[in-house]
Amino acid sequence: MEPVTKTETLDIEGMTCASCASFVEKSLSRTPGVQRAMVNFATEKATVDYVPTQASPATLKEAVINAGYGVVERAPDTSAAERSAEIDRQKAVAYQKLKRRFGVAVGLALIIMPLSMLMLWPAIMQRINMQWLNYALLLLTLPVLLYCGREFYVSAWNGFKHRAANMDTLIAVGTGAAFLYSLAATVVPGFFTSRGLMPEVYYDTTATIIALILLGKVLELRAKTQTSAAMRSLIGLQAKTARVVRPDGAEVDVPIEQVQLGDLVVVRPGEKVATDGLITEGSSALDEAMLTGESLPVQKQVGDPVFGATLNKTGSFRFRVTKVGADTMLSQIVKLVEDAQGSRAPIQRLADKVSAIFVPTVVVIAILTFVLWFDLAPAGTRLPLALVNFVAVLIIACPCALGLATPTAIMVSTGKGAEHGVLIRNAEALEKAYQVNTVLLDKTGTITKGEPSVTDFWTLPGQEAGQLLQVVAAVERQSEHPLAEAVVRHAEAQGGANLPATGFRAVEGKGAAATVNGQVVLIGNRRLLADEGVSLSPTLITQAEQLLGQAKTVLYIAVAGQAVGLIGVADTVRATSAAAIKKLQALGIEVVMMTGDNAETAAQVAGQVGITRYFAEVLPADKAGKVKELQAEGRTVAMVGDGINDAPALAQADIGLAIGSGTDVAMEAAGITLMRSDLGGVVTAIELSRQTIRTIKQNLFFAFVYNTLGIPVAAGLLYPFFGILLSPMLAAGAMALSSVSVLTNSLRLRSFNNH
Amino acid sequence: MDTPAIMVTVIGLALAGFVLWYFFFSARQTANAVSSSSGVQEVAITVKGGYSPDVIEVERGKPVQLSFYRDEENSCSEELLMPDFSIRRDLPAFKTTLVELLPKEAGTFTFTCGMGMLRGSLVVK
Ligand SMILES: [Cu+2]
Repeated sequence: MEPVTKTETLDIEGMTCASCASFVEKSLSRTPGVQRAMVNFATEKATVDYVPTQASPATLKEAVINAGYGVVERAPDTSAAERSAEIDRQKAVAYQKLKRRFGVAVGLALIIMPLSMLMLWPAIMQRINMQWLNYALLLLTLPVLLYCGREFYVSAWNGFKHRAANMDTLIAVGTGAAFLYSLAATVVPGFFTSRGLMPEVYYDTTATIIALILLGKVLELRAKTQTSAAMRSLIGLQAKTARVVRPDGAEVDVPIEQVQLGDLVVVRPGEKVATDGLITEGSSALDEAMLTGESLPVQKQVGDPVFGATLNKTGSFRFRVTKVGADTMLSQIVKLVEDAQGSRAPIQRLADKVSAIFVPTVVVIAILTFVLWFDLAPAGTRLPLALVNFVAVLIIACPCALGLATPTAIMVSTGKGAEHGVLIRNAEALEKAYQVNTVLLDKTGTITKGEPSVTDFWTLPGQEAGQLLQVVAAVERQSEHPLAEAVVRHAEAQGGANLPATGFRAVEGKGAAATVNGQVVLIGNRRLLADEGVSLSPTLITQAEQLLGQAKTVLYIAVAGQAVGLIGVADTVRATSAAAIKKLQALGIEVVMMTGDNAETAAQVAGQVGITRYFAEVLPADKAGKVKELQAEGRTVAMVGDGINDAPALAQADIGLAIGSGTDVAMEAAGITLMRSDLGGVVTAIELSRQTIRTIKQNLFFAFVYNTLGIPVAAGLLYPFFGILLSPMLAAGAMALSSVSVLTNSLRLRSFNNH
Repeated sequence: MDTPAIMVTVIGLALAGFVLWYFFFSARQTANAVSSSSGVQEVAITVKGGYSPDVIEVERGKPVQLSFYRDEENSCSEELLMPDFSIRRDLPAFKTTLVELLPKEAGTFTFTCGMGMLRGSLVVK
């Protein structure tokens, strides 16, 4: 048998020529277990096929290091947890550096400001040499420029080389112009005085703007780290180790990365499930809230799936690993949320277009402002006025608020959604969900549980009901029919004995028979009893007809040749459905139901949950057609479904919501996936989308108004009428506040809670 | 208008014209992807005040691996967005971040920094 190989890509460090590459390649090829190694010098990557039982990423790395080269940890191969930890660490370092630069800027600005104001007191000014004071200010400003504000100039220059202009460009050009003008006034004041100008300096403007913008950045960075908090806590849920049962029966704790498919893993009460798998032994109640948002623990037994990162509450069990790494449910959720955070909402498109052309346009506006002021202002003050307005335009126009408006809101809300078990595929889905005015529910599996359960247990007078139920359960336990399962579940919920049954036989399409307590027990449809020669009493027939009238399936019970009771089975409405539908209606949304059932059953279920409009007897193939029908009425339709046959309807709807961790096909077709199997998620999704879009609109409004109103004011448009000019320092303060307020507004979504 | 005013006007207008031309109309740097032996189209991009190269041509239907090396610490470039492929990545400074995608349709897809100011485009043929 061909051994199963794995492929690993390594980033090689330190190769200087093609012969290095072939050397690394040889050294890897010689490593035991390696079947094929290829090293690409240009991309500095090695692709290695190896047999996992003989080699591991660690031994491969060792081989490279032995050859004298290094292996760089490759970002996508490290787990999401490590990757985010590394990025967090870097961000923390950057934050510390930023705070230090901000501290220095504030300290120096606090000295520069009062010194610059000395000229307001002529008495003091007479005793001080202007020239000397200017040089002192220059010395104090230099560190602010070269240390605190260095990043702006470097970034602006790098951008300029790439013909890209960013917000740093504006700050750099603005403060740079104020500084250079002041520098000239300090070094060659004669040039100014000879032309009848006061050699004014703007060191205080330069220093204060830099300090204020750094303040904005400090606050921005602090808020930004909070926007991804939900995601990070999700990634942090991953278990670090798993207790694997070795073939010899020994239990060993191994790092999660080393767990392989097919491994047997033990989970004790209070422990986290390491990865996804199927229970092979034992049973327990698991808290799956981290994945589904469902707060009640879920009972699991042999054969049931368990998911990594969920919490084992009560019992201890063993499970067989079916998924590891990126395939696990948690990783898929993380991936889905990450994807959603990378997507752009249609509402953002305008802002994107504006951002792209914004900075160069502002630079042009600033230049024109300078020219106009220079040409129109009185000769004695035209240069300083032109300069001050030029700087003010550049500083206030910084479009960071615009850039932050949508992404931060999307970041917070998608993370929040995941916390509630609502997975949003992309920002467009979020925006669509906001517009929904009609929700179409597929009855089975959404309003109802989608599986039969016992609704009635009726016995002839004189029968011991509890006893009879256990007798019936004894027979049904041996059957695999879904109806039989429902009966067993019902009996187990009532508690009681686990009776032995012998001579079990299933009668195709009719029911089953077995001997319990020495008596032959029959359970099945009317045909079964007729075939076995059991007659039905009139009361039993009336009772059965009543159940059939309620669209229930009826099972007949006979013991020792006597018909003694009836079981009514139906797909029952979920306990949460009515409340969720009521909430949707309260949000102004019309809820419509569709079902394959006959009109009578449909009416009954609809009435039970408060739905007035429904489609009955809808064939699976016609589901998408019903969505179209509603859309033709001019409605924006959200379709909620769970099954594979709902996929076309989910895709046809303006927004599809797949319910339950359901089928992949349904998930593919849906814009939103609800991990929890009840309609509460639909309410959460719609409320969340409404709040998010509202926040985005507020943000965009704020950013747009701020920039479009701010620029003309800074350019001095109000001056001829009201004598209002915007000081560059005020502009810097306003600009710092704008992005902070947009972020704060987005962070308000963190308090979203629909319970 | 006196001489300085005329000078400022002329220089100012020239400068404004230059800014518009330089940022909007000048030629861009284009690069083609290199196909590796495994059929992956690989492109190395340096992020420093912009993306170089900033126009990348790839073929449709073949996986693309973009390796972004961020050669600066400025916050402007710390995020990478490729909205058409639903990709948002943090680019750690002085590190290479791999971005993999499969272009299924031909067209020009922009990628930008978090605020949409640094821009590049992926041209799928
Ligand atoms: Cu800004």
